[in-house]
Amino acid sequence: MFLSGKVAIVTGASRGIGKAIALAMAGAQADIVINYAGRADAAEETAEAVRKIGRRALVYQADVSDTRQVQQMVDTVIAEFGKVDILVNNAGITRDNLILRMKEEDWDTVMAVNLKSAFNTIKAVARPMVKARYGRIINVSSVVGLYGNPGQANYAAAKAGLIGLTKSMAKELGPRNITVNAVAPGFIMTDMTEHLTPEAKERLTSSIALNRLGTPEDVAGVVAFLASDFCSYITGQVIGVDGGIVM
Amino acid sequence: MATFDRIKAIIVDQLGVDEADVTMDASFVDDLGADSLDIVELVMALEEEFGLEIPDEEAEKIRTVGDAVNFIQDRL
Repeated sequence: MFLSGKVAIVTGASRGIGKAIALAMAGAQADIVINYAGRADAAEETAEAVRKIGRRALVYQADVSDTRQVQQMVDTVIAEFGKVDILVNNAGITRDNLILRMKEEDWDTVMAVNLKSAFNTIKAVARPMVKARYGRIINVSSVVGLYGNPGQANYAAAKAGLIGLTKSMAKELGPRNITVNAVAPGFIMTDMTEHLTPEAKERLTSSIALNRLGTPEDVAGVVAFLASDFCSYITGQVIGVDGGIVM
Repeated sequence: MATFDRIKAIIVDQLGVDEADVTMDASFVDDLGADSLDIVELVMALEEEFGLEIPDEEAEKIRTVGDAVNFIQDRL
């Protein structure tokens, strides 16, 4: 399979898109480090599913916004697996509100979990990847980071920040055979979007060329593809996975 | 000269240059073709080999092989 023998860290892998990414990459025969923040039971479920496929799974609780915890996680992965081939920065939260109502804390928390986290993880894996002359880094951004969304100033800014980070890292690490790309999912059915009313879903769907909301698996397939050697010559790109909302 | 030989081996390995080109007055950038990422990697490799930490402001002063050798010899 196209990820045989690879070791992948997926942040926020207990649920939603992160879980689907973990399973898609395990399906392609990668060993998976399942990072999670709070839901140990859900992370263990993801791990069980990975093991059922026949791959190794390491469940690791770490707050990705904490530089020290992330370094410890990567050190543990190197000790256990001997390397890190693939990093997927998927962990993310929302604290939506109109700017007039948004608290400083809502801004800071979203920036820390959605953007600083990627600085932390990339910094920690850069050394082993540079040494190995191999790496695949995929950042899960959002269409919102490209086009904005009312009520999501913090989230959109963090997701746009990930794109700037992606492109800079692609240029910095490219000479060492490390590719860095981003995906920009549109409206994907997860816990994060489940609060939408049926009317809102209807309205959203009508703006999507494929005429349906996306599934976590829709995103996961693209991430697994970007992590593979089919994509050796793709770096610094943002791949929209939005069913054709924007073209 | 044991220190010099250890450093030379790392430079040859990291930069893929000929051993003969690694002289005390060879400049990493001008003579050995290193770019900024090469130099960061070289500093990391030297830190590991000699078990010491080279702060950024010191690393910036290391321009030639001789600079690296002298820096490390002073700290061993």
